[in-house]
Amino acid sequence: MRKDVAFGQYYPVDSFVHRTDPRTKLLFLIAYIVALFCCKTGWGMALCALGLLTVILLAKLPLKLVVRSVRGVVFLLVFTGILNLFFYRGEGEALISWKFIHIYKEGIFYTIYLMSRLFLLVMSSAVLTLTTTPIALTDGLESLLTPLKYIRFPVHELALIMSIALRFIPTLMDETERIINAQKARGADFESGNVFKRIKAIIPILIPLLISAFRRAEELGDAMDARCYSGSSIRTKYKKLRFTYRDVCAFFFMAILMTGVFLFNSYGAALSALCVQGWNALLGLFGAV
Amino acid sequence: MDMQETESVAVRFENVKFKYDQNSRYALNNVSFSVKEGEFVALIGHNGSGKSTTARLINGLLEATSGKITVFGKDVSDKKNLFEVRKSAGIVFQNPDNQMVSSIVEDDVAFGPENIGVPREEIGERIEWALSVVGMTAYRNSSPARLSGGQKQRIAIAGVLAIKPKILILDESTAMLDPKGRKEIMDVVLRLNKEEKMTVIMITHFMEEALLADRTVVLNRGKIVLEGEPQDIFKNSELLETYNLSLPGIGYICKQLQKNGMAIRDCLYPEELAEEIASLLQEES
Ligand SMILES: Nc1ncnc2c1ncn2[C@@H]1O[C@H](COP(=O)(O)OP(=O)(O)OP(=O)(O)O)[C@@H](O)[C@H]1O
Ligand SMILES: [Mg+2]
Repeated sequence: MRKDVAFGQYYPVDSFVHRTDPRTKLLFLIAYIVALFCCKTGWGMALCALGLLTVILLAKLPLKLVVRSVRGVVFLLVFTGILNLFFYRGEGEALISWKFIHIYKEGIFYTIYLMSRLFLLVMSSAVLTLTTTPIALTDGLESLLTPLKYIRFPVHELALIMSIALRFIPTLMDETERIINAQKARGADFESGNVFKRIKAIIPILIPLLISAFRRAEELGDAMDARCYSGSSIRTKYKKLRFTYRDVCAFFFMAILMTGVFLFNSYGAALSALCVQGWNALLGLFGAV
Repeated sequence: MDMQETESVAVRFENVKFKYDQNSRYALNNVSFSVKEGEFVALIGHNGSGKSTTARLINGLLEATSGKITVFGKDVSDKKNLFEVRKSAGIVFQNPDNQMVSSIVEDDVAFGPENIGVPREEIGERIEWALSVVGMTAYRNSSPARLSGGQKQRIAIAGVLAIKPKILILDESTAMLDPKGRKEIMDVVLRLNKEEKMTVIMITHFMEEALLADRTVVLNRGKIVLEGEPQDIFKNSELLETYNLSLPGIGYICKQLQKNGMAIRDCLYPEELAEEIASLLQEES
């Protein structure tokens, strides 16, 4: 079993965040991402990070688990970061210039922003999936998308498809592992050769995986039929979504966070200047002593 | 057939034929049998003999080519009855991984009751009940991915039980489990049959499991070839062999002992064999 597929895996503990309505959490995440991308100052970014940390602590999630969720995309993030660092054109002199690579002071700042933004984005999404069962998540989506039913959009079916897809991720991961091992035992080589060779080596994994997925799908379809699934309107819902005081708290929390970010956007520079002044004054004071 | 009889018969097959394709051979050829309410029937036969086909025909996943199938008197081929039929006959399949729709145990168990429109409060009670029957109450909020094979299969059973079917069909539901997991499932099934008076149709390749049934039906190449109490069925080892079936372990040991000149009766259960050997030893000493 692959242990590093934290993403999309529910972490079952009982906490404030776990009990918050999935709709709230979804809206919260959207608002959070908006805040991340609107944020123009280090202060705002720090506030966002602090906000996420608070949520993680409230959710009783081990920090390690959340950080681990970044692992899958860390290469992509670092790659984006490095590209930005090398090719960002700032004003004034470049700090370092070597062939086509120029590193500017602004480039460094911008890269730090970008990276923290992306890391926070991935981690906040991970917090959502770690604290919300896939079913609750899809229920939340289904509920938020309900208005689309009036234009005959198959909201319920879509929600079910999503929840089943999520349910099968770990199963298919295990299966992939098994197939890889089986092919390795037959002498397949996935680690060496050029890109084309490696892509070609994936085919003997993909085809058995696909066939097995189809077989599973067929069996699942039968099992669902046997359990009286018909998608008809008499269907009831066991888990009913209800807003509670938690959701009110969450909305206030988000409002504070967003206000903070926007305030910092407007007054962050002034605040920084103030800090620098204060710092200098402090230094001066010590210098006098 | 009078009304009284119809009511006590859970499943009835009358001259049922079925083939998957127009030009393939009959997967079931003229099969007739019935299962009484509250009965525990084991369905055995070698690979491809038509056991799964039979199970799927009972709750309308497949439709008979000819003949008549009724579940509690309701004709399965009538589309109007299909929903009722599926409510009263639940199937647990072989691979628990391919039967679950949710990543949370209680949501998965809720799936069936939701489909048949059970009110919300009652679904909660049903989950509670179904999980307690299979002894998995403690796992109500866990994820199936973190459970053992036997535990997963018990959840799959709970998922079917939550619909409150009168008939429970198990299609090789113990095949992927180790001996311990198999025993867990057998215990649950036996308890359901004895205590909840549930009709059980169990498809299995394990002769030891078939021995625990009230009645055993043997399929061979789409036909019923033997039918009766397991003790009687397993008396005839030569005949069983022609259908590619073996004796239960104990029965086989017994035959070997007889071959080696030990004068003991045919036994099928461990206790029986132990008694036989013990009394034989006592006689000798
Ligand atoms: N989906 C299918 N399409 C075509 N033929 C099928 C299909 N499923 C089964 N058959 C055929 O129908 C016959 C009966 O199959 P069935 O699955 O009922 O056997 P079984 O007794 O359950 O066997 P096993 O012990 O292997 O599960 C076999 O000859 C098989 O090849
Ligand atoms: Mg079968």
